Amino acid sequence: MKDYHYSGPVEHKFSPYSFNGGTVLAVAGEDFAIVASDTRLSEGYSIHSRDSPKCYKLTDTTVIGCSGFHGDCLTLTKIIDARLKMYKHSNNKTMTSGAIAAMLSTILYGRRFFPYYVYNIIGGLDEHGKGAVYSFDPVGSYQRDTYKAGGSASAMLQPLLDNQIGFKNMEGVQHVPLTQEKAVQLVKDVFISAAERDVYTGDALRLCIITKEGIKEQTVALRKD
Amino acid sequence: MALQDLCNLQEVFPDTGHSQFGKRSYSESCFSGSSSDPFTFCIPAAEFLEQSPLQFGQGSSAFTSQDLLLSSLSWPPGLPQDSPQSVPLPFPMSHGTTTLAFLFQGGVLAAADTRSSCSGLVACPASQKVLPIHSHMVGTTSGTSADCALWKRILARELRLYQLRHGRRLSTGGAAKLLSHMLHPFKGSELCVAATLCGWDGGDLDQDQQPTQGGARPDPSHPVSQSSVNAQQSSGRTRSSGPSLYYVCSDGTRLQGSLFSVGSGSPYAYSILDQGVRWGLTLQEATSVAREAVYRATHRDAYSGNCVDVFHVSSAGWSRRSREDLREEYYRERERRERERRESE
Repeated sequence: MKDYHYSGPVEHKFSPYSFNGGTVLAVAGEDFAIVASDTRLSEGYSIHSRDSPKCYKLTDTTVIGCSGFHGDCLTLTKIIDARLKMYKHSNNKTMTSGAIAAMLSTILYGRRFFPYYVYNIIGGLDEHGKGAVYSFDPVGSYQRDTYKAGGSASAMLQPLLDNQIGFKNMEGVQHVPLTQEKAVQLVKDVFISAAERDVYTGDALRLCIITKEGIKEQTVALRKD
Repeated sequence: MALQDLCNLQEVFPDTGHSQFGKRSYSESCFSGSSSDPFTFCIPAAEFLEQSPLQFGQGSSAFTSQDLLLSSLSWPPGLPQDSPQSVPLPFPMSHGTTTLAFLFQGGVLAAADTRSSCSGLVACPASQKVLPIHSHMVGTTSGTSADCALWKRILARELRLYQLRHGRRLSTGGAAKLLSHMLHPFKGSELCVAATLCGWDGGDLDQDQQPTQGGARPDPSHPVSQSSVNAQQSSGRTRSSGPSLYYVCSDGTRLQGSLFSVGSGSPYAYSILDQGVRWGLTLQEATSVAREAVYRATHRDAYSGNCVDVFHVSSAGWSRRSREDLREEYYRERERRERERRESE
């Protein structure tokens, strides 16, 4: 039986960080990419908002999903937008997904000793029109993936994606390439599962489907409890 | 910028010339992370490195001599104002690995696992820990993945600028010294980079730029020449050629050697390497020793695993063996043992 007793005055230091929850997911297909996030904004035991999506459109072919500390997400997306504009004005062309990823890595590392508490995933089309997903850690380490989940439910979703999209840990299965319809359905199913088990994920799911025709958005309801 | 330097554009943009740099205060010239006026991105010329701008025991106030290197590199802007580790981080960084590199008659072999773990969770099962820096150098990375990736990128940029300015590649020892000096201002902070630089030092790229030097060039068949560590000084020093291996760490260590293994799985890898590595190995034998060492380390170390990457650096440049999943190796070995057991009965 654990002893509960007064252990003396405890000083609580101000923490500049806060965890606002949320899950982000991105999947890259042959000629499409999907970036999805839930829309719940929470802090501790409270929900601040049920309609705060975490996908931000950067260019016509790139969407970024940011989860973690909402204040840093907002500032980071503002900084990225500003840098995109600067690039457009000085180079007279839009930044490609790969270039945005490399730039974001340097922006994040610039704050190596007071990091942005944001888990970023960029989804979009590369310059050859194929789907691309770039996943980041809070200090700027990144790499290109086929699929990635980030945020509060990432540890639950990532193994499921490894199995369903990466065909990992299965024997004798035919590796069928992912179609857009199957990917959208998978993302919806996966978020419904995440909302069941993760308290910070729920309310609604916002999907951004990026193809060469442009970016289409869908909203799907999730559990609100 | 390199182009500005090569085209002698200092007269056109006088406020960004090198001579101005030492007078600017750090906070003005640093990259604020949100805006980057492209012309403030100056790189110091190599002569400044000779003056040893490093001061031991420096605090955040003594930054005038760091201005040149740091502000031009523009990392990280908050250093003088924010003391390191004043803010506790709410998330863990990625750590844990097995990397190794050794010299042999065919060049340098570098191998690493591909697991990137984040205090108990495998953040990425397919990360790349051996990063090519230029055509004749690769670096293995261990420590925090972001630190390693970004510092390698900075090193590659600096080496490329050196190559453009001086017409020849910087030697591996010189690159190791450069990286070590760039990391030195961050000693004591939580930056964690432990890299081995594996390169092949060749002759000069531009033969007619080579001045008549005193001192004979070393015999190229002798792989590591002890007399030519500071190969970037163009003042009559002899230059080595051949394979070269250096270990650089963010705590300031810089060691030359012929065999290194770095990371949480390194003790297990060392046991295999000490048994199997000889100078006279063929490429195939060396590859199999490296692979075996990483395999044993991934078996016993929880933070290493998944696949193994093997890179080979020779006089023709670096080449990469395709990534191999070690899970299959475990089953193959079990079958082999079964077969041997049955045969011996």
